[in-house]
Amino acid sequence: MAEREQVRKSSPNREEVTEEEVAPSAERSDQLKAELDDILDEIDEVLEDNAEEFVRNYVQKGGQ
Amino acid sequence: MPIPKVLGIETEYGIVVAGAPDANPITTSSTLINAYLSSLADRVEWDFVDESPGVDARGFALEGGSGIELDTHLVNAVLTNGARLYVDHAHPEYSSPECISPSQALLYDKAGEEVVIRAMANAKRMLPSGQEIVVYKNNSDRKGNSYGCHENYLVDREVPFQKIVGELVPFFATRQIIIGAGKVGSEFPGKASSKVAFQLSQRADFFEEEVGLETTLKRPIINTRDEPHSDGQRFRRLHVILGDANLSETSTWLKLGLTAIVLAMIEDGFLQDLKIELADPVTSLREISWDPTLAGTVLLRDGRRLRALEIQQAYLEHALDHAEHYGMGYLGNDTDGPALLREWERVLAALEHDPMTLADSLDWVAKWQVVQGYQQRHGADKQDPRLAAIDLQYHDMRPEKSLFRRLPMRRILDDADVKAAVSNPPPDTRAYFRGTCLARFPGSIAAANWDSIIFDLGTDPLRRVPMMDPLRGTEGHVGELLRRVKSAAELVEALGS
Repeated sequence: MAEREQVRKSSPNREEVTEEEVAPSAERSDQLKAELDDILDEIDEVLEDNAEEFVRNYVQKGGQ
Repeated sequence: MPIPKVLGIETEYGIVVAGAPDANPITTSSTLINAYLSSLADRVEWDFVDESPGVDARGFALEGGSGIELDTHLVNAVLTNGARLYVDHAHPEYSSPECISPSQALLYDKAGEEVVIRAMANAKRMLPSGQEIVVYKNNSDRKGNSYGCHENYLVDREVPFQKIVGELVPFFATRQIIIGAGKVGSEFPGKASSKVAFQLSQRADFFEEEVGLETTLKRPIINTRDEPHSDGQRFRRLHVILGDANLSETSTWLKLGLTAIVLAMIEDGFLQDLKIELADPVTSLREISWDPTLAGTVLLRDGRRLRALEIQQAYLEHALDHAEHYGMGYLGNDTDGPALLREWERVLAALEHDPMTLADSLDWVAKWQVVQGYQQRHGADKQDPRLAAIDLQYHDMRPEKSLFRRLPMRRILDDADVKAAVSNPPPDTRAYFRGTCLARFPGSIAAANWDSIIFDLGTDPLRRVPMMDPLRGTEGHVGELLRRVKSAAELVEALGS
């Protein structure tokens, strides 16, 4: 009995998932762009201040 | 049947002192490692006796060749998780313990990251104010100097080495489309960075030979170092120097897992009909790395031209077939094999369709997305040092500075498991015996290495306990004994050595 209920309950969920997957890709791409914007905001904050000097001073000798 | 693919990763980390650019890298590496060890109760030295990095898998030994580094007297320790932490050349290096499955080896690689994070924090308290040791998990300083992230796989000694080379090289040249860590620009002599804005791999610029013994000069795609650290009659340890150091869990897991699958197929003679031989593997390795569009083709010996994706697809199809015929029990558990095949399929399909959809999965895609996004936002040109800074800082191990940690990457591991793996050894290999002896009897161990432990029991001469089989000394074999005995002397007595 419990099992049958479970099946019934899960089917609308499954449809929802399918709908999400076929959602217009423009929407998904807007969402990704917003996520990337947030990441870039954080990177602007944390990136080494003097990029040129940081890159120049990073020297590693004697590796395999 | 393939033998169990015992495996592990050794990582040489990049190191600088912020606030002291001229600091000696060897001293700095020693300070970093001592800062970690001093936070632990006891430490045990590494024993070099059985090391032979000059022995060549093709069947000859190198006398006094370059790259032999026995007895360096540098900081060198064994950890209770079975790993080795030491100064190699001018870098801090963490070698994971021997692991039974790709996911376990991923866990212990991440535990190594946790070790260096703790080491940096400890060192910061020891250095003058304004100075800080900073460690990078990458493979190049962007000035032509490279350092390695080496993988190790247990391989059946009966498989002829030439066969391994022939069937592995096309896989190695192309696996970077999945597991490359990404690099802004190029360090290949004569190849201007303006011509290569972004490439897949950190390491591809530095390889000059198809096969060879070197690891620091004229690096080969297949390294022939024949130092099994186990019973050399039965086993070979394939020492892979080609790979990038990965931060993405998916990338590290796929690197280890797919390579182990290909090796198992070679052991079973399952790739004999693959019929893919690159005309010039070293050139192809670079061409593939320099082309993040993945559209270019490489020349085969039979005159055909294939894309790296098509070559990977051919290996995947063989792997699916092989799994159906032989199972995947050689990967140490029931779950890694099927999950790896599914992920290999997913990743190749996504790379074919739109690589950028893998920005949450693969290092090179994640880094490239940030570099491109930053470029657009700030109108930066290809030579802008801020893009190079992003490339470096992606790999910064300080949690507060790491760019990688700011990305919404898919996770495979649990943080609590990683923390536990910093102290506890994997239960399924001889690393269990090494790590547990070290945790229980640190005062009675004179030295340890991959295939033995030397006990100092006080009165007797030193006693060496050999561990020539990586699959002996597991919790199943010696767990009960190690819990029962009250001293190292009792343990050695019970082992009958």
